[in-house]
Amino acid sequence: MMKYVDEYRDGEAARKLAEAIRRAVTRPWTIMEVCGGQTHTIVKYGIDEVLPADVELVHGPGCPVCVTSLEMIDRAHVIASRPNVTFCSFGDMLRVPGSRGDLLQLKSQGSDVRVVYSPLDAVNLAAANPNRQVVFFAIGFETTAPPNAMAVWLARKRRLKNFSVLVSHVLVPPMITAILQAPGNRVQAFLGPGHVCTVMGITEYEPIARRYRVPIVVTGFEPLDLLEGVLRTVQQLEAGQAVVENQYGRAVRREGNPQSKQLIDDVFEVCDRKWRGVGLIPKSGFKLRYEYRDHDAERLFEVESIQTQESPLCISGQILKGLKKPHDCPAFGKQCTPQTPLGATMVSSEGACAAYHAYGRHLQARQNGARAGDGETRRPGEVRQQLSLASGVPVSSSPAEGCQ
Amino acid sequence: MCLGIPGKVVSTYHEHDILMGKVDFSGVSKRVCLEHVPQVVPGDYVLVHVGFALSRIDASEAQLVFDFLERMNQLDELKVPSS
Repeated sequence: MMKYVDEYRDGEAARKLAEAIRRAVTRPWTIMEVCGGQTHTIVKYGIDEVLPADVELVHGPGCPVCVTSLEMIDRAHVIASRPNVTFCSFGDMLRVPGSRGDLLQLKSQGSDVRVVYSPLDAVNLAAANPNRQVVFFAIGFETTAPPNAMAVWLARKRRLKNFSVLVSHVLVPPMITAILQAPGNRVQAFLGPGHVCTVMGITEYEPIARRYRVPIVVTGFEPLDLLEGVLRTVQQLEAGQAVVENQYGRAVRREGNPQSKQLIDDVFEVCDRKWRGVGLIPKSGFKLRYEYRDHDAERLFEVESIQTQESPLCISGQILKGLKKPHDCPAFGKQCTPQTPLGATMVSSEGACAAYHAYGRHLQARQNGARAGDGETRRPGEVRQQLSLASGVPVSSSPAEGCQ
Repeated sequence: MCLGIPGKVVSTYHEHDILMGKVDFSGVSKRVCLEHVPQVVPGDYVLVHVGFALSRIDASEAQLVFDFLERMNQLDELKVPSS
C-alpha cells in the first residue's frame, strides 16, 4: 500500500465520480488536461472512456520532453560530443530524436552521457570529477525549476567551475494563453497542472480564467483526482462559471511554495521560448540570470543555432496543441513506434502518442479503423475492467516511474 | 516528467548547509532535498520530484474527496426508500 497513491486508484470510488459526471452533463464540452502525466493516467486507466460521450478530453502540451525544441536537442548533441564533457540528463531525453540522432546513440559511440535521477546528483558528479566539464540538461516546466535552480545555486556556492546547465525551461500560463488565442481553438476548460502549481500556486491562472471565460481546475495525477477534476470543471461549465479551483489541495497551496519561487527568481529570468511543434511563444520560458553566466552551457560551449528539420510525416505539433489525436496520424503505430519514434510525443512516457501506444490503442485503431477527427473508440465494458483493476495495480507500474 | 511521488520523511540532516532528508517510498529509501519544506519533521509526507521535495502533503485536504464520496453515498441511501 502506497499512502496518498493507492487510495486514489479505487475502482468503486472512480465509478461513483464517473456517475456524478454523467448526472452533471447536459451538453457537449471539450476539456484539455494540461499535463503529460495526466494524459498518461487518463489513457492508462481508460478514464476518457468512462466519461459520457459529451465530455471530450483533449491532450495538452504539458510534456517538457516533447516540447523541448529540436534546436536545443541539437545543441545538447554538440555539447555532449565534446571529449572533455560529461553530459547529464533525465532519462526520457536520451531517446528524443534530434537532427543528428539522439543522445543514446552518442553514448553508444563513446561519449560520456549519463542519466541522473536529480540535478543535484549532477552537481555531486562535478565535485567528484574536477577534470571533467559536467553539463546538465535543465529542461522542464515550473515543477522542475526549483531543483534545477538549486543545482546552479549550489554549484556556485560550492565554487564548482566545471558545472553548467543547458537551460530549456518552459512555462504553463503563456502556453495555455497561446492555445486559447489560436484560431480554431476548441478548448472550453482546463484541468490545470497540479505539480506546476505546488511551486507557483494558483493565482496566476485567475486572470486567464477571467479574461477567456474558461474554468481552470488545478488537478492531481491519480484516477480519482482526474475524475474529480473533470466533475468540478463540468459543474462550472454547466453553471456558466469560469473560476480557478484547486482539486489538488493535498499538495497545492494557493500561494505555491514561497521558498521555491524566491530561488527561481534569484537564478532564472523569463525569456521567449521556442516550443517543439508549436513555435515561439513570447515570455514562455526561463533562462539563467546574467549573474549565473559562468554556469551557462550555451555561452560556455558557444553552441549556435543549427538548421533543423522535422519528419514530414509527424503531426506532433497538432497533437501538442490539442487539434489532433495520435490516431489521426498515418504513421502512428506503423513507421512511428516507441522503438522508432519520429517525434517527441512518441518518446516520453507522458507523450500522448507513447501513452496511446503503451496501452494498446494502436491495436484498437487497427481493429476499428481510425476515424479521422475522432480517434476515440469507446468500449465501456473494457473500460470498466480497467478501472476495476485500478486498485490492484502494483506500485511499480505507477506512472510516476516514468518520471525519470 | 512533472510527476511527483509522495514519500514519508524518515530523518533529516544538513549537507553543504542545505536541509536534506532520508525519504521512504514504500520501502525504497532515497536522499531528498528538503530545503523548501523546512517545517517537515520525521513522519510527515512530502511530494518529491527529481530528488527535491516541492510541498508537504496535507492530510486533511487529502481526505476531502473521500468525504465528498461519503456524502454522495448518504444521499444515495436517502434516495433509495423514497424511490
